[in-house]
Amino acid sequence: MGHTERFGKNCAEMEDKLVQYLDGRAKPAERRAVEDHLAVCSGCRNRAEDFRAIFGALDDLPAVSPSPSFDASLRARVAAEADRRTLWGWIPSPRLAFAVAALVAMSVWLASTPRIVNYDSATTRVPAEAEFSMIRDLPVLENYEVISKFDALSELPASPDDTAAGEVKNETSE
Amino acid sequence: MARSDVQLMLDVKAGDEQSIELLLRKYRTPLVNFLCRMVRDSAVAEDLAQEVFLRVYLARKEYAPSAKFTTWMFRIATNLALNSVRDNRNRQMEISMDRAVDIGDDERPAMEVQDLTPTVEQYLIARSRSEMILRAIDALPEKQRAAVLLHKYQELDYDEIARILDCSESALKSLLFRAYETLRTALAPLLNAEKVSSNAPWRM
Repeated sequence: MGHTERFGKNCAEMEDKLVQYLDGRAKPAERRAVEDHLAVCSGCRNRAEDFRAIFGALDDLPAVSPSPSFDASLRARVAAEADRRTLWGWIPSPRLAFAVAALVAMSVWLASTPRIVNYDSATTRVPAEAEFSMIRDLPVLENYEVISKFDALSELPASPDDTAAGEVKNETSE
Repeated sequence: MARSDVQLMLDVKAGDEQSIELLLRKYRTPLVNFLCRMVRDSAVAEDLAQEVFLRVYLARKEYAPSAKFTTWMFRIATNLALNSVRDNRNRQMEISMDRAVDIGDDERPAMEVQDLTPTVEQYLIARSRSEMILRAIDALPEKQRAAVLLHKYQELDYDEIARILDCSESALKSLLFRAYETLRTALAPLLNAEKVSSNAPWRM
């Protein structure tokens, strides 16, 4: 960027070395190289002075202290997390936990859903023919044809004369 | 002899609950400071710091000392902070866009890019030198801000910071240089004023 464009090759090399030199962590060879350059480059010398001043300014900033409740809040969070983990600790994996939860939810839903039964159709809307056949097919009525003829028999005339008279009556009427 | 952080964490893993208390006492203030300057909200910072400790505690059974404890802890903290900053920025953007729709075209657009270049007037009305510095830190891009805070306040090694920020050591050095260069520009009025006062002749 700007600083490498404005300065020469040796100045550009300061980018890797100057901060380390100023904080006292440069190796002896690097330290000598920086000092040699600063001795001949006023631009880098000014920069080094400003960086040193900035280091000092940063040291002057007041420290921030944790609030008195910091430790208590942290302990409460640790305890809450431990409780949460104990509660769910018996379930080996989140996937299994989800499956169990889904199964329980489905069971509750099925148990709470009312069954739909149409009592009207079962009791009152049976067609007459079906009812008839149902009665006809009952075991006690399995000889229905025979039984039904008992009524016809009861209507027969009591003697053969009655039959002949009846036939004559029919012929004359025709 | 004091146990190392890694040993304390291994003791926590083995069931020694008291060891987590020692880690908490040692790191709660640095964590809250780091997170407070990352998210710019002390209540959110405390909440995130507690989340860091909670995650450390919950992960104790799987803890393996492949890196320094601080690298692991600050990596969790940095990721939480970056997520929080991005979530907050997205929320702000949604609010701004809603407001832009509400106020119409005649008024000032809510999505206007903020001019971060400080004016003399802005510095004059700033209540203190600390506020100026905090504002300059706040204006840094998130990753540069995290790099400066980890470098300056936590005094972590370069390889540790690089692992926390998931970049190479060389990239970290470049990131830090750009961050301090940005701060230099932002704090130029302050730096110049201090140079002038240090060069001024003694006056009663």
